[in-house]
Amino acid sequence: MLYFAPWKKALVIILCLLGMTFAAPNIWYDDADEAGLAREQIAKLEKVGLPIDPTLVEQAARWPDFLPASVVNLGLDLRGGAHLLVEVNIEEVQAERMISLVAEARSALRGGGVRKYTQLRASEDNVSVRITNEADLPEAVRILRGLAQPVVNANFGTSAPDLTVVEGDDQRISLTLSEDAKVSLTDRTMAQSLEIVRRRIDEAGTREPTIQRQGERRILIQVPGLGSAEELLELLGQTAKLSFHMVDSQTSDVTRAPGPGNIIYPDTDNPQTGYIVERRALVSGEQLEDAQPGFDPQTGEAVVNFRFDTAGARKFGKATSENVGRPFAVVLDGEVITAPVIREPILSGSGQISGSFTVESAGRLAILLRAGALPASLTVLEQRTVGPGLGADSIAAGEIATVIAFIAVLVFMFLSYGKFGMFANIALIINVAMIMGVLSAIGATLTLPGIAGIVLTIGMAVDANVLIFERIREELRRANGVARAIETGYERAFSAIIDANVTTFIAALILFAMGSGPVKGFAVTLGVGILTSVFTAVMVTRLIVATWYDRARPKELEV
Amino acid sequence: MRLKLVRDETNFDFLGFWRIAGAFSIAAMIASIAVFLTMGLNFGIDFRGGVTIEARTEGTADLGQIRGIVGDLDLGDVSVQEFGKPEDVLIQVEVQQGDGDVQQAVVAAVKVALDDQIANIEYRRVEVVGPKVSGELIEAGVTAILLAIAAVLFYIYIRFEWQFSVGAVAALIHDVVLTIGIFSVLQLEFNLSIIAALLTIVGYSLNDTVVVFDRVRENLRRFKTKVLIDVLNLSINETLSRTIMTSVTTLIALLSLYFLGGEVIRGFTFGMIWGVIVGTYSSVFVATVVLKRLGVKRDWSKPDPEGPAGVQFGSADAP
Repeated sequence: MLYFAPWKKALVIILCLLGMTFAAPNIWYDDADEAGLAREQIAKLEKVGLPIDPTLVEQAARWPDFLPASVVNLGLDLRGGAHLLVEVNIEEVQAERMISLVAEARSALRGGGVRKYTQLRASEDNVSVRITNEADLPEAVRILRGLAQPVVNANFGTSAPDLTVVEGDDQRISLTLSEDAKVSLTDRTMAQSLEIVRRRIDEAGTREPTIQRQGERRILIQVPGLGSAEELLELLGQTAKLSFHMVDSQTSDVTRAPGPGNIIYPDTDNPQTGYIVERRALVSGEQLEDAQPGFDPQTGEAVVNFRFDTAGARKFGKATSENVGRPFAVVLDGEVITAPVIREPILSGSGQISGSFTVESAGRLAILLRAGALPASLTVLEQRTVGPGLGADSIAAGEIATVIAFIAVLVFMFLSYGKFGMFANIALIINVAMIMGVLSAIGATLTLPGIAGIVLTIGMAVDANVLIFERIREELRRANGVARAIETGYERAFSAIIDANVTTFIAALILFAMGSGPVKGFAVTLGVGILTSVFTAVMVTRLIVATWYDRARPKELEV
Repeated sequence: MRLKLVRDETNFDFLGFWRIAGAFSIAAMIASIAVFLTMGLNFGIDFRGGVTIEARTEGTADLGQIRGIVGDLDLGDVSVQEFGKPEDVLIQVEVQQGDGDVQQAVVAAVKVALDDQIANIEYRRVEVVGPKVSGELIEAGVTAILLAIAAVLFYIYIRFEWQFSVGAVAALIHDVVLTIGIFSVLQLEFNLSIIAALLTIVGYSLNDTVVVFDRVRENLRRFKTKVLIDVLNLSINETLSRTIMTSVTTLIALLSLYFLGGEVIRGFTFGMIWGVIVGTYSSVFVATVVLKRLGVKRDWSKPDPEGPAGVQFGSADAP
């Protein structure tokens, strides 16, 4: 036990040095962080062969390039920022699909010669119809089954129809989406939503956002540094579906029947009144190429300037040429922003939306239009925002608490175990360095509870050494000789150390799996702390004790 | 000279008062459950839903004024209290009927009203939890604790014997119940971080219990004819110094966090400090008492269930 094979010695020392090397950047946090970011950028630019800005090289030089530059990420509770959990309202997309399915069913039935049917309508998740002649029923079912498209099951790779067509009582047929189709619809909607959310946040110029899908239909958005979440909420609060429609007439009764092929949209500024417009859009927001906030040169009002892509420009040009003198409506999320009269054909493909905008709202709308529409609206389930002031205070408090705890434990260990206490203290210092090193290397996020985890580890890390030292004391009392006492001390304490740490590690694992945000941060530091503390207590102190024993060869020992 | 918290050789008859200890523990647990049932827990917004705003004013905050301003908004149950320092205020608004966006509107309304009447108010933290998420968080928290207890039960069953496993879990449940009890009595805010504290207490308390058990196992092998109660007493006495040492170092670290780590994690560290004290008590008095009541298999040596692997873990018989 007191003999260490040279390779083992080397391995322990190398691991300790490695841990300290990875921990080092955190001591010069700002320099290393800047250099690390610069390095990443340079690597990116080199990859695509773009020229590298000399300021980047300068930044990268703030930290020696043979050393790792990754630092521990600070959680939102420490650096300040916003955390938002939103749910995508997938039902909306499904309901839209049902509405378009009604139209498909109508034309398919007509085309197949089934003319007598009633009550063809869509609910949120199905379409149903009653076939008047019983004789037409089998044919109708066959026609409606033909509407189904193949959809691939993501798990098995098999293909199946996306519609389930069921014949009910009273000559009714109902169409619903199959389970596979629902899964694929959800996945598609989520992928789109993620993309649009990411674009909107990028367009707003936010640095280092984290945007990830969580669970079936949720998106977790974390934005560091932002003082308030309101800005973020405004960016996500609108689906931003834009379309242009010809106006049939204005109305002061938004609940009346609009007539076939038409639809009523209320006026944004005056929701009691509305416009009856053609249901079919002239052009939709998907065909926008660019949108920028600006000012109307005549009135000085804030406006949004937009430009269509080629196909959109062609469509818009054609429609405006055919309808000079008539008004058209700009509809955003089911409300008419403005309904100007077409004075002349707009062939350039660019135009201007004016309404009652402020500079901010025009700027925001431009961002939303550039980023594109969300496939469905979002509901905010959870929001947590920490201001930069509180974050800085928390870091300061965490640092002081850690340093004091550290010193107190070091002193206490020295008073209790003397020389061996010092050995344990060296191991403890290496231990904290290794925790920081591992956290930096795996890119973990340090939260306030995470700091608590480190402090707790400082307290508990000495446990393994305490176990060993107490055991050595016992063995010494049994008068077994110094070397023998040390050896058996380590040997006997080992099973208790393993069992005790495995159980705590189990708790950390479960915390990690079940927890979220800051709690997860705590689980990570606790788990890493257990691993490194077992290593330092068992290997590092033993190495120190063995080396010391080799030199000193004491006849008597007081632990 | 050494600082020694515990004399070198102690010979306390811990199990001598197992009846008193047992009665005391059971009474404390019953009291905790009773308090929990009657007073309930002061759930934070993680579990109740609602809005929390931490704000800082210039100079001492006028809690009455803020209470008035927020109360006038007609948002239902509102609490306004000092948070750590006289200029810091914690405003909590109960969850509103309806989905997430309604809760967001509360934040906006409160901010507008406060900005209007109080100059230079700084919002340091805003948390909004909708009713849907809060329900899930409760579920996840309870599942996590149950899972942890089950996993540990299983691990100890494998490494020791089922009686040890029952003893350890009894100690765990004792600690968790007493911690919930103290949070209920003091009406301290019970939030997600307290769940984390509970799980860490589970880990810590086990750590302690396992060390005692490890020694019990060893002594059972060494003194095959000794009466169980004496083996237990001997094992507790032999590990007593370590138990106290580790508890003290952990408490030193925790106290530093409690007093210096800031208001945000004070509840969490309080839970931990309580847990360490209760956990230390339970590994000495609860786990071993259960072991004494259940009795254990004495003949560990012949068909050693761990075989040669046991040697690796240092559990070989005394030479």
